Amino acid sequence: MKCDICGGVAVIGMPQHRLNLCAEHFVEWVPRMVERVIRRYAMFTRDERVLVAVSGGKDSLALWEILIDLGYQTEGVYIHLGIDHDAYSDVSQEHVRRFAEGHADVPYRVVDVRQEYGLSVPELSKTGRGKRLCSACGLVKRHIMNRIAYEGGYAAIATGHNLDDEAAVLLQNTLHWQSGYLRRQAPVLPSTHPRLARKVKPLCNLYERETAAYALVKGISFVELECPHATRATTIFYKELLNKLEGRSRGAKMQFYLHFLKAKEEGLFAPEKADADSETALRECRQCGQPTTAEELCAFCRLWQNIEAHHD
Amino acid sequence: MDTAKIQYRDQEWEVKSGMTVRDAIQKGGLDPSAVLALKNKKLINDQTILEAGDEIRLVNVISGG
Repeated sequence: MKCDICGGVAVIGMPQHRLNLCAEHFVEWVPRMVERVIRRYAMFTRDERVLVAVSGGKDSLALWEILIDLGYQTEGVYIHLGIDHDAYSDVSQEHVRRFAEGHADVPYRVVDVRQEYGLSVPELSKTGRGKRLCSACGLVKRHIMNRIAYEGGYAAIATGHNLDDEAAVLLQNTLHWQSGYLRRQAPVLPSTHPRLARKVKPLCNLYERETAAYALVKGISFVELECPHATRATTIFYKELLNKLEGRSRGAKMQFYLHFLKAKEEGLFAPEKADADSETALRECRQCGQPTTAEELCAFCRLWQNIEAHHD
Repeated sequence: MDTAKIQYRDQEWEVKSGMTVRDAIQKGGLDPSAVLALKNKKLINDQTILEAGDEIRLVNVISGG
């Protein structure tokens, strides 16, 4: 397989783009794709500060690398969830540390959930007072990211969601006709409150295979193990289904996702009035001040309050 | 020795040289779209013909959550 640009040996074939590239041209092509998405969806500018949510995995570290190379102002944040199985959280953090060290000590911070709030995420879910682990994990991460972005005055929070992530969620939500989720799924989630930074997904046009290939070619060290709690995640099942479809129909994943975005732009999923109103009806949590649709406490503070109330 | 060694996580299998990486991945029961292949720590495409003595490491690309 030869590179379509220089005729050298290709390291990756991307049938959906009818494009094969060598290492040198692939690592030039990926940032161009990301830059195009950032501009297309007005995610952020070079004058704005971007908080990059890094997990130690291939996608978030590839994203961080690309944004640094493109000249954006970034800071990483790693949330240590306290997942001790296979020392998963410690190993992941070490990959983040190594990355920062290898990039002229690019700024990043670590938030240790156990140190900061008293319980790790697995311990939190074991109390039985709150949500199931993956759900609690998502809630904790969202809360911490929002808090740090607000306190630090960041314009946007960037996550490493790739096209496979987005297509899998889209498939899941479509199969269940989750109209509310379908309306909200987008490359950019605008800020709906002064305390909320916008959420952006600059890798949303890249296949997961491509973000992994980019990390490998660039020599980025990343955690290869799956989160021990996500090994049976339904997302993986949907990704496998989509890959089977892709195998039969080149570009199927890309078309599924991009045509959904186009349909949204054409008004297929226009928000109903009640939905639009509810988005503006955000109050500030009485305890932490973060925006919430609840009357008094946000979901995060209610979770911890619930645990404290049943302590002992 | 006319075989190449394929390693994926804690699994290892041997295939005959002359086979493509893609066929070798499938021989191990894996979906070629779900892994990438490294030879001497360098990414190689899945149409690469394996040579005798090659040692290939496969990296999973599908993550959940």
